[in-house]
Order: sequence, then structure tokens, then C-alpha cells
Amino acid sequence: MKQRFTTKLIQSAVAAAFVLSANTASAEGSLSIYHWFEYIPQEVLDKFSKEYDVEVTMDTYDSNESLLATLKAGKLGSYDVAVPGDYMVEIMRNEGVLDSFEPSDLSNFGNIMDQWLDVSFDPGRKNSIPYQWGSTSFSVNRDMYDGDIRTTDIIFNPPEELAGKINMLDSQGEVLALASIHLGIPQCSSDRDQLKALNALLQEAKPKWASFNSDGAKDVLVSGDAVAGMIYNGFSAKARNEGVNIEYSYPKEGFIVWMDNVVLLKDAPNRDNALKFMNFLLEPENMAAITNFAQYTAGVKGVNELLTEALKTSPESNPPADAPAGSFIAVCDEATQKLYDQIWTNLKK
Amino acid sequence: MSTKLNNIVSGNATFHHQRHKLLLPAWLVICLLLVVPVLMMLVYSFLTKEFRGGVIWEFSLAAYDQFFFDRGLFGDEPAKIDWTYMRIYARSALQAFIASVLCLVIGFPTAYFIATRSVRSRPVWVFLITIPYWVNLLIRTVSMKFMIRDSGPLNTWLLQAGIIDQPIHLINTNIAVQLGLFYSYLPFMVLPIYASIERYDFSLSEAASDLYASKWTTLRRVILPAVKPGIIAGCILVFVPSLGAFLAPDLLGGAKNFMIGSLIEEQFKGNAGNWPFGAASSMILLAIVMGVLLLYARNETNAAGSR
Repeated sequence: MKQRFTTKLIQSAVAAAFVLSANTASAEGSLSIYHWFEYIPQEVLDKFSKEYDVEVTMDTYDSNESLLATLKAGKLGSYDVAVPGDYMVEIMRNEGVLDSFEPSDLSNFGNIMDQWLDVSFDPGRKNSIPYQWGSTSFSVNRDMYDGDIRTTDIIFNPPEELAGKINMLDSQGEVLALASIHLGIPQCSSDRDQLKALNALLQEAKPKWASFNSDGAKDVLVSGDAVAGMIYNGFSAKARNEGVNIEYSYPKEGFIVWMDNVVLLKDAPNRDNALKFMNFLLEPENMAAITNFAQYTAGVKGVNELLTEALKTSPESNPPADAPAGSFIAVCDEATQKLYDQIWTNLKK
Repeated sequence: MSTKLNNIVSGNATFHHQRHKLLLPAWLVICLLLVVPVLMMLVYSFLTKEFRGGVIWEFSLAAYDQFFFDRGLFGDEPAKIDWTYMRIYARSALQAFIASVLCLVIGFPTAYFIATRSVRSRPVWVFLITIPYWVNLLIRTVSMKFMIRDSGPLNTWLLQAGIIDQPIHLINTNIAVQLGLFYSYLPFMVLPIYASIERYDFSLSEAASDLYASKWTTLRRVILPAVKPGIIAGCILVFVPSLGAFLAPDLLGGAKNFMIGSLIEEQFKGNAGNWPFGAASSMILLAIVMGVLLLYARNETNAAGSR
């Protein structure tokens, strides 16, 4: 009995190894994607697979940091494309794990919206194409407060009605970036007066905040624990869809934007298919299918007409005409980052 | 095979002979899962921080320097003692102390009550105490948050009963954190005390009252000294996990101030991580806890010696 069990075990192990090696083989006609969890509908993958006669395999990750860690730990060379967030594109390029391409490699390169062509984290789009983007600012429960909310004063210098009822994201990058936008100073400043002002602003605002919570940013607004709170636009839309009178703000001082991007990885085993896939994603029809699934915003021309009515008119995804441009979270050098770490510790000590 | 087993069971000498071999699995587990990780942390705390998480294998005291000295926001002021982190430790210790006292005040009478029921009904009471703890700690803490929020069931009931006319604001306060810790760790107090009281010989209480001791004196002079080991075990079991707790402070207290647990967690998270500092903070905590326990052990030995 034991003998037979062992034999079976060996058989299945051999079979598994065979299947695995078949999947990762760099033969013609396969594509290996490393992607966020639940971020692309299966239909889109199937469609690509069918159209180009390519076998698609996909592994998933749950944070930008784990994507980088996996690649650095020896997985570079087994994936063709990945989908890092804006700042991670820059970090990955600096770490040397990205490959570059020419605009002429992608016949649909012209479909990228003009404002997403020359982005700070990838000037001229040499390593990446836009996937989905969204914004981070704050929302207010309109049943409890009906004043003007299109200013970051709501968070950093709140009116009496909101004091003590504000939730902040428990995330250093986002809080310090929005505070810098509020003060109108650069995100990676090493100017002493600016940093002291930033430190002082946060110290003064802290007593007026109720809590720090990222995962529960939507929940605290829906439950009424907080009346106003920093939040991602997609999260705020969900809170509104749950029937609470929540309004997302595009403040006049500015707001944070983030963008996930498809990158071509260094040592990609199927470079040609990776480029075909990127080109495929730049077709409005395909990107619209992804956008309808993910509920964020695409960076590709011609997608808007193909979206569901709810998404097309969602106030969270459509900034008012007079909204300023958003800012990406900047990547600071080590010496500067240390100062910002210190300010964050001061805030939470 | 069976003779060998008999030897182990009956012959004490054989058992002693086998002792080291028999202890081997336990020693292996302790070494691999306890000693090695602590040593790794000790080593990491003396290494240089790598930007964006990780360490560089170069000796450095920077992590301990950061813990004890303040050189200003820009790092160029003359070093002075930094109270920031010590204050976080003191705050956590105070919080754990209050949680232990609360658990003791409620836990001792509870344990006494259970231990004085009939032998047959005691398991039922113990069972009732443990039932809520079949549910994951995170879920219990989130439920507590749901219960005590301004529009939650607790305030709704109190308002309807006419006991209060304004909701009691508990969420995101220190009281909520204490409530959470108390609720999380109460059985750790009740169960060891119950075990002690159950072994207590109640004829000693009768003897005390025969000798004209009041109930209070009996409790203070007879019962408490007899069940002291259980009380101390309970206090340690509540104090130590409360010291490093971060679920209750984060979820119920609003995460506005670092506790020891959240301070260390932050050092290993994402981009801004500082592994050597996180390791150093853990080592300092470990040193404090060991110091307190050693001090206690020495007092005990001294007390036992002078008796």
C-alpha cells in the first residue's frame, strides 16, 4: 500500500514538473504575465490567446513591493510583462529589471492619450504603456457638511463641523504628498523651511483627525465613524453606491494620481508576444473591457464611448473641467526620504 | 520493541539514560524556531539599513543610536536623549498594566465563582468562558468596534433605555483600546487563577474563620497567598501580549499613536522600512521583558530563602 502511494506521488510530481516546464518553455506561441490579483477579465486573455494563437499563463501579486522582490529573487527571465504602479516603474528601471522598446514596435502607440505620453516616471514611454489610473484625495458626507469641499483645507485646516471626524489613510506616501500639495511645496524637498512647515502643518492638524485607516477608508465613511476622509476615487464610488451621500473632491490645490502600467521585463522569454500583447491592450475595445471590469480609468483614446453608462458618468472618474492636474507620488533619493520618514514618525509618535 | 517500552516505563534508570535522546525533538524545535530567529534579529539590529527595505552587511550602531538619541529633523543638531521611542514603550507598558489590572479585577471573582461551583458544572462554566475565543482575534476586535461606535448597538440600547441622552463617544479613544485588550485577554487571566483556586483546600478558609478571621482577612491572608502563582501567571499572560498588541490600538484606537507593536511593524513594511531599527526595537523590548522577569525571579528566590 505504502509502496503504491509513493509511486503515485512520484508519478504526479513528474507530471506536475512536466506541465510546469511546458508552461514556462520559451517556445514560440506563449506569453507569461505577472499581474495584480483580479485586475484583468479572463475574456480579454482568451481573446488575445485566440487572435494570436498564443498560450497565455498568468501569476499574480498583491503589492508593488512584492512584485519587485519576486523579480529580484530570481524570477527575472520567467515573465514577459508585469503591471507596476507609477513610482515602481521608476524604481524598477533604476534596478535594471526593465527592457525598452521603440514607439514603432507598437502600431497602436498613437492611441495613448497625449497627457499620458510624457509621464514623470517614464518620459516618452520607453518601458511602459498605460493600463489603468485613478486618483487619491478625500470625500465628505454631504448629509453632515454642505460647505465648499473643493479645497484641501477640509483635511488639513478643517471647519469646526468636521474637526475630530476625519479619517486619514495610514500611508506615509499619500498623506505627506497631499500635505505637500496643500502647502504648495515640492514632494521631495530638502529645503529646511519647507520641511519645517510640513512638519508643523501635520502636528497642528493631527488633533483634528479621528483615525488613520487605509483598508477601512470606505467603511469609516459608510458607517459614520468619520464624516470626511482621505480616500481613493474607486473606493469613494463604492461608498456612494452603498447608498451613503458621499461626495469625492477634486480640490483646487491639486490631488494625487496613480497609474498602473504594463512594462516589458528584461530577459523576457517571449519578447515578440509581449509586444503583441501590449499593442493588443492599446486597442480601445480591449482596454474598455478591462476598464469596465476594473472600474478605474483607461489612458487610451477612444475607450470612453465603450464604457458602461454608470462608469461613463461617474463623478469620481470624471474630474470637473476646472480641476487642476493631479500629481504622482514622487520617488525621493535616500537622504531626502530619510527626512520624510522622520516627519511621519513625528506625526505618529 | 515491547521490552524496550517496558524498560522506559518501569526502569527509571533506563528512562534517565534515554532522557537526552527523548528531549532532542523539543530542543530542535526550540533552537530552530526560537533561538535562531532571535539571534538573526540580534545580528540584523547591528547591520546597516538598505534603502527600500533589507540590510547591507556592514556593522553599524545607527539603529540603537536612532532609538536613544535625537539629532533634530535634519540630523545635524548636537545629540540629546530622545524620549520619542521610550515614551512609546512607556505608553504601551502603561496600557498593558491597566489591561492586566482590569483583567485581574474581573477575572479573579470569575475564577473564584467557577471554582466554587459543583465539580460537575465547572467544565460548563470554563467552556462558556472559552466559547468566544473560538473566533479569530481580528474578527472579535472588529465586532467590538461595531458594537461601540456612536450609532452602534451599545449606544442605541443605552439611549432607548433612557440611561443616557447623548451617545457615549468610545471609538478611537484609549478607553476603547483598554476595552479591546481586556476582552481579548480575559481568559488568559481566568484560566490560570481558576486552576489555582480549584487546587485550594477550602477547609483552610473554614479553619481561618474558626480562628475569628473576617472574610476579608481570610481572602487576604489565606486565599490570596495560596493562589498567588496562578495570579502571577495570569498577569504575565495578559501583560506580555498586551505590550505588543497592535490590533486593538489600530482598530479601536484609530492608529493615531504608535504602540510598540505598530512601531515595529512599520519598520518592516513597504518602502519606508528600516529593518535594523525594527530589529533593534525588538531586541530592546526583549531585554526589558527579560530584565523584569529576572528581577521577579530573584525576588522570589530571595523570599523563598528568607522564609
